[in-house]
Order: sequence, then C-alpha cells, then structure tokens
Amino acid sequence: MRQLVVCFLLAASLQAQVTYERLLRAADEPENWLTYSGTYMSQRYSRLDQITPSNAKNLQLEWVHQSRSTEKFETTPLVVDGVMYLTEPPSNVVALDAASGRVFWTYDHRPLPEARLCCGNVNKGVGILGDTLFVATVDARLIALDARSGTVLWDTPFAAPEAGYSATVSPLVIKDKVIVGVGGGEYGIRGFVAAYDAKTGKEVWRFYTVAGPGEVGSETWAGDSWKRGGGSVWVTGSFDPALNLTYWGVGNPGPDYDKYVRQGDNLYTDSVIALDADTGKLKWHFQFTPHDELDYDSVQIPVLVDMEWKDRPRNLMLWANRNGFWYVLDRATGEFLQGKLIDKVTWAKGLDEKGRPIPDPAKALTSEGLQIFPGVQGTTNWYSPSYNPRTGLFYVSTWVNYSTIYSRRPTDYVEGRMYTSGYLRTSVPSLRRGPINTWGDAASGAVRAFDPKTGAMEWEFKMADVTDSGVLTTASDLLFTGGREGYFYALDARNGEMLWRVTLGGQISAGPMTYKAGNKQYVSIASGSSLFTFALREE
Amino acid sequence: MRLKLRVFGGIVTLLLAAIPAAAQHDYSPEDIESGALLYRDACASCHGPEGNAIDGTDLSRGQFRRASSDGDLATIITEGIPNTAMPPSNLSRFEIRPLVAYLRSLSATPPRQSGEGDAARGQALFEGKGGCLQCHSVHGRGGRLGPNLNEIGAIRRPADIEQSVLDPSARVLVVNRLVKLVTRDGEAITGRRMNEDTHYILLMDSEDRLVALPKDKLRSLEVEAASPMPSYQGKFSTQELSDLITYLVSLRGHR
Repeated sequence: MRQLVVCFLLAASLQAQVTYERLLRAADEPENWLTYSGTYMSQRYSRLDQITPSNAKNLQLEWVHQSRSTEKFETTPLVVDGVMYLTEPPSNVVALDAASGRVFWTYDHRPLPEARLCCGNVNKGVGILGDTLFVATVDARLIALDARSGTVLWDTPFAAPEAGYSATVSPLVIKDKVIVGVGGGEYGIRGFVAAYDAKTGKEVWRFYTVAGPGEVGSETWAGDSWKRGGGSVWVTGSFDPALNLTYWGVGNPGPDYDKYVRQGDNLYTDSVIALDADTGKLKWHFQFTPHDELDYDSVQIPVLVDMEWKDRPRNLMLWANRNGFWYVLDRATGEFLQGKLIDKVTWAKGLDEKGRPIPDPAKALTSEGLQIFPGVQGTTNWYSPSYNPRTGLFYVSTWVNYSTIYSRRPTDYVEGRMYTSGYLRTSVPSLRRGPINTWGDAASGAVRAFDPKTGAMEWEFKMADVTDSGVLTTASDLLFTGGREGYFYALDARNGEMLWRVTLGGQISAGPMTYKAGNKQYVSIASGSSLFTFALREE
Repeated sequence: MRLKLRVFGGIVTLLLAAIPAAAQHDYSPEDIESGALLYRDACASCHGPEGNAIDGTDLSRGQFRRASSDGDLATIITEGIPNTAMPPSNLSRFEIRPLVAYLRSLSATPPRQSGEGDAARGQALFEGKGGCLQCHSVHGRGGRLGPNLNEIGAIRRPADIEQSVLDPSARVLVVNRLVKLVTRDGEAITGRRMNEDTHYILLMDSEDRLVALPKDKLRSLEVEAASPMPSYQGKFSTQELSDLITYLVSLRGHR
C-alpha cells in the first residue's frame, strides 16, 4: 500500500503543472520540450547527450504517429513529463504517450468554411501553461484546451477569416499571457501580434505590424495603403526575461509585388519588432527589407545568443533572413552589428553600415519578367535554425542558387481575395509535387554552419533538392535535420559529417525536437503525413 | 576520389543557340508537358488542338490581342473575358503556370514541314526504316529507353511531334535524360535517368533493368542534357515524314 502511494505521488509530481517558472528555465529540464523552439532563447538546442556522434549509427525507429491529413505536416511537438502534444493539419491537437506513441485523446477543430490560406492549411504546434494547451487555428481563433482531456476551455475568435485572416503559428506563452500572430499577408490584411489572458482568453494587448494614422511609422505608408498593408506573423517569437522584451518577425507588405501603391518603407513589414511583454508597446524595430516587392517575409525565428562580441559580453540576436542575408543585432537596442550573405543575392548591392540594403535600381520589377536571386521562397524561410553554444555555430537551412522570375501586375483589392499584384515563375516548385525530382539542376539545398564572430561559413552539408526542414542541435554536438527528399539526418555539428540517415519518404517541412521518456532520449520529426520518433537501439 | 558530376555544358550552349529567341523563356519541358494536358482538358474543346479553332484567335502565334505578359495570360485564364465566350476558370495557380508555359511554347515550335500522310505507311516506317521501336514502345511493343508513345497524338500537336523527330534535343524532360556513370569497381553503365537525389541515382540501364546506385559507390556520373535520340532531319523524304507524323498523331491512347 505504501508503495502504491509513493508511486501515485511520483506520477503526480511527474505530471506537474507547467508554470511560468518552468518555461523560464526550460533549458534546465531537457527531458521536456516546453515551447516551439525549445526555450525562450529559440536556439533549438538541447542539453540532452545520450545520443552522441559515436552512437548515432544505432538510432532506430521507436514509433510512428500517422496524421489523418495529407496536408503539409509542420508541427513541432511539445513534450511535458512523458506526454507529447502535437498539432495535425488543419488545426487539430493530439496528446499521446511520448514513449509508445499511443494516443490519449484528440481534439478535432472544424474550421469555418470562410477560412482561406495562401499556402496550406497548416499548423506549427501548441503552447502550454499550467494544465492548459493553446492552439491558433486556420480560421483565426485562439482555443484553450484542457491538457488532460482535450476539452475546450475557451475559444476566442481574433480576426475575420472571410477577409483573409488566419493563424498557423505556435503560440508563445509569457507569464500569464498567450501571444499569437495573424496570417494572411497575401490577402491585404493589416497584421498584428496580440496577447490573450491565459485564464479567460480576453485580449490584453495588440500591436499592429502595419503602422496606422497617429502611430510611429505611419509616415512610411502612402495614403490609405496601410489598411491593406499585410505584415502577417506566422512563426513563433522569442523572449528575453531580463529585458522583458518579446521579439517577433513580421511578414511581407501587401500587395506583395507592387510597391508603387504603398510608397515608403512600409513599417513594420519585413522587420523584427521588440515588444514589451506586458504592454505590447514597441521598444525597437529593425527592418531587413524596406519597401519590399519580392515577398521577403522576415518571418523567421529570432535566435537569442549571449556571447563575447568584439571583446565584451553582449546580448545578441541572430537572424537568417529570407532576403538572402543573415544578421547579428544587439537585442537590447536593435543595433545592427553585422550582415553577411547566406547565398547568392542580386536584388541588393549589399548592406550599408546600418544594415539597410543598398537597392539595385536595375532590379525594380516591371510587367516583364525579371530574374532575381533569391527566389520567392527565399534563401531560407521559416525553417527553424539552430545555435549551438558549444560549437558557437549558427546553422541555417539554405536554398542554394535559387531564383524566381518576378513580374509586377497591379491588381485591385477585393476583400477576401488574393492581393499580390504579381506573377511568378520559379525553377523550383514552392511545394514538392511528387517523389520524382524533375527540376534537375535548377537549385539545391544545404545546411550551412556560420560563425557569428567571423561571419564565415565553417562548413556546409549539401542536398540535391532544397530543404524546408528545421535544424536541431544537442549538447553532444549532434545536428538533426531533413529535407524535401524525405531523408532525416544526424550530422556532426562540428564539421557537417553525416553520421546517420534514414529514408522517411515524405517531404520534411518541420523542425526536429528531442526529449526523454524513462531514461531514453528520443528525437521526433514530421515527414510526409507522419511523425517519426527515434531512439538508440538497446545494446 | 571526388565524384565527377557534370551536365554536358557545351551541348546545352549549342542547343540554346539553335532555339529561336522566343523559345528561350525558361519554361521547363515538364511545365510545358503538364500544360499541354491541361490545355487538352480545359481549352481544346473551344480553341481546338492547334489553338486556332476560333476565328480571329490563333493562340499559336505567340501574340495575344489582350495580353502581352504572362501575368495578362494568367488573368484571362482565371477571369475569362467579359461579354465574350471566354469563361472564367477554376484552375489553381499551380495549374495556370504550366498552362501559360504551354501557350508560350506554341509559337516557339517551328512551323510544320510535313502535310497529311498515310498512317499505315507511317507505321511501317516507324517500325522499319526509322527503327523507332528500338527505343520507343507503342501498345506494348518496342523499347523503353525513350518515352512511351501510346497517346502521343493526344498530348502533343503535330508540329511538336515533328519537331521532336527532327530536333529531339529541343525539349527533353529531365526524367528522359541519358546518364553515363562509372562505378568504383570500374563498371560503366549507361541508361535513362529516372530520378536522382542526394544519395542515389535511379536509372533504367541499356538492358532495361531498373537500377538504383548509391552515389558514394560511383567514380563518375554524367547527365546528358541533350536527347540520346538521333535527328531524323534529312533521313526521310517529305512524304515519308508526313506519313510518320500522321501515324504518330493517330496514337491517342484509350481516350
């Protein structure tokens, strides 16, 4: 009897509430994966080290969870004390046993038929606080679920799906608030980031990513173009508790390819914004691509890094941008410290001393097609990068030698209809059409490892096809990633050497994550329509 | 040893030089091919297989009264033309791009040299003098190195078929490229490239075997951008060419 009580208490303590304090110190419990990018620093780095470069060859499949959708599977699962929470397209949630893959419960969200998305009815994952999960849905709702049963606790619609507003982002929980961004940058929306009370679902603050009349930055929008200015937010931000700032990447201005109807820099599109986590007030911003006409969303993961920078410790932000450059910023002030090429860029001649791109007038779009590097999907995109504090390297999924032929084609805004004002032809399909590689030598993929201190590329791991996969690194200097071909890899994070690979068959459009259940380290990745989980073969 | 990997660049350059300027849009042969199927299903009932069935509208000329850019064409396909018989379509943007590529390709094909011929005589040429069955198959007979031609008459215009006979390298699908490789053991293998990724090359070899080879077991790998098919320019009389094309046009699969 006494043993039973002890067991019960142990189980209860194992499934404790996910407090804000736990989220703050997520790195200290690497057996769990508590936020989309692992921790508030968003390094997608884990301290787990059971799987190493020398034993990675012994990785084997533990279980597979098959989603019920054939839509792109972009989820990064959370793991809390042995239970995994993941999302399936379009906005469903599943809780399963992290060791066996067997399902505890499912929550099926039926989106309103008015929901419209440019690029897939996808979802990137849930957030958690206490015993509550949070999922943002394709029909622009934020829904709270009981983590034990999947029961709906509250359901807050936050924008109009019929006008093109949507959500695919994994929410970020800070203190007692749930923060989400809104999608719809191809539909002439006015984007925003907003915080909701975790208990009630009531909105606490909202920051519009397109500055309106009376707001700082409104002078960067001609006429009433701000009303349809885009600025979607569809990838999870980061948080610095010491500065109390939360950082979010903002998407393209609307219409995507006609900048002449929105003269000005179009703040805060294609920018990183630093917001006070309590009030949503803007502390600083840095715009990567002013007055964009190439759909270079700055919707990437803000990777926070504390390191020596020019002989003094600094709080930095690393940012690998869709526009072809990667940046080092001071995350307290937004000061530009360094900008380097990820791969070939022809739209700009370079960056000036403040990090502002030097435009090439010969590359302004017309109705005739113009080939520009990088192409519309970017040199990199929303795919999670990783920073490994042991190697000091920043790892970026890269589209190599990739271009698009862009044409400008002005169109009128009609609510709920695509509002892009352009026509594109690209050598590599935005979505893989099938298992046969039919684009030959047009472009290829790579993981590139950059040293922030020198700006140099230390190594690259090449792939024949492009990659939409995120990158995970661990304290044993392992790097996990995948690609469109359906391979999933373990590389040596120090030199890029391939240590292990497996063929999963389906395109990988998600970031890998790792956790422990029992005494075993697992690695999970979504590929095709399934989530695959690996661990070491027992000797 | 470092793997030698290249495409026959010189041949590509020569080919481009030989293609009229209008054809040098970089529409891929794959897009043109899928566009042709879409055209057949969505457009040909009004515009005709040659694109000229409507009086005053000849899509094959490469000049359009209401469209100059690809974007204009896409808009017309999507929205139709008000107060005319041209209706809006439900095609997605992933379908419209190949369709535009196909429309652009129409004017890039040289005018047909041959005329109407006799399909039976054409079949005899195909199977006899032309030696086409060595590489192509029709209804279960013939080789596999080249594309199957069961329904070539349904998916290609006569002028396009003629171009492929006279200038086979003008448009080669990536999956029809010839590969030449040498394994680390020194074995030389030639075949049709069926697929390729970071770690494997998949091909049908000269004896019709399906082979998947790990790239780390290769000494060299060359992918030829030009077609392995010889040109039949000058090898047939005009009458023979007309007969052959007429036979190929008659191959319409099971539709």
